[in-house]
Amino acid sequence: MTTIEQNIDEKLILILEKVSDPEIPVLSIMDMGVVRSAVFINDIVMVEITPTYSGCPAMDVIGDDIKQALKEAGYDSEIDLILHPAWTTDWITPRGRKALEDYGIAAPLDADADIDVLLNGKRIVKCTNCSSQNTRLISQFGSTACKAQFQCDDCQEPFDYFKCLK
Amino acid sequence: MKDNLYNYILGIADNSLILGQRLGELCGHGPTLETDIACTNISLDLFGQVRSYFQYAAKIAGDNRSEDDIAMLRKEREYKNVLLVEQPNTNFAYTIGRQFLFDVYHLAFLAELQKSTDLTLSAIANKCIKEVSYHERFSSDWVKRLGDGTEESNQKMQKAINDLWTYTDELFHQTEADKVIVAEGAGVDVTKLKVNYYKRVNEILQLANLEIPESKYFQKGGKEGIHTEHLGYLLSELQYMQRAYPNMEW
Repeated sequence: MTTIEQNIDEKLILILEKVSDPEIPVLSIMDMGVVRSAVFINDIVMVEITPTYSGCPAMDVIGDDIKQALKEAGYDSEIDLILHPAWTTDWITPRGRKALEDYGIAAPLDADADIDVLLNGKRIVKCTNCSSQNTRLISQFGSTACKAQFQCDDCQEPFDYFKCLK
Repeated sequence: MKDNLYNYILGIADNSLILGQRLGELCGHGPTLETDIACTNISLDLFGQVRSYFQYAAKIAGDNRSEDDIAMLRKEREYKNVLLVEQPNTNFAYTIGRQFLFDVYHLAFLAELQKSTDLTLSAIANKCIKEVSYHERFSSDWVKRLGDGTEESNQKMQKAINDLWTYTDELFHQTEADKVIVAEGAGVDVTKLKVNYYKRVNEILQLANLEIPESKYFQKGGKEGIHTEHLGYLLSELQYMQRAYPNMEW
């Protein structure tokens, strides 16, 4: 679904890629897919971001961080929070998925598999520590709105799983 | 016209606000760590949704009130939530029962609100429905677990459903303002959701080895601002900071 339009001025890509999700510092907000557009209008950068979850407290911080990063690069900006089209985990880039895994958060499965692991006890989420699929759900909700808690029954490592949102 | 839309939005948002506050009461008090986190996460989703609605309502009101003013600075009679969501966390079965009976409605409601001719409302609905479908799966799952669990959990779940049942019919009640917004195509005709609602609820109750309550006596009034005695206490906690330190800001 990455075909959904994203309009970002080329000059701004590198700047925005340096801004990270405050909850997941290894993940750039660009790889997260929350920046929907960033364009110059009368010398001001107009940025549109979209929340992952409605109540995500990181959004205010992300807005401030974008403003700050652009300011350091010499640009004034305005941030607008848009709800449509609604964010989906499909917008996390392959590089973003890898960053999540490296950080210890299992990347989202597709929607059907997601229901299987969260409601039907299926063991297919890959442990971020040892790659075993012998993992079980500990809690359908985790440390933030977007995650669930899992544990690996081989290496015993507890880890977060990023829930699929479609 | 504007007043009707403003009130219509409050009617939707207040359900999420008050239910979010009820769930938030369980922060640090849930029966297990996992359910504690679950209830507070659902609460967070609901508060997030409320912000979208109230930001929009504040824009429509256009009188310098902020989303926080709308949330915090109203009197009991001015809250338009249904009676169901203000019912207390008597025990975990009541928390789950209330959540389940609301989630099934909420999900069906948002599915329709996505088709609203009001583009802001349809965008909010489109965002919220993803979160609410997870809530509904969570609460249905727990109704089944408790209903189909031990003798004691079954009894407690049955009692909670029996007690909360009386508040379900109000979900499908329309106020005069609702009718105007529905006629304009911006609102959802909730009367049309009723049949499928009870069908879905009954289906889960059967799977959970629970009996479908037979009571045909239903309470209503919340949508008109006439609440049960529980709302006043809830608001006194919700509004504590604003009452103790008027106009305080973070």
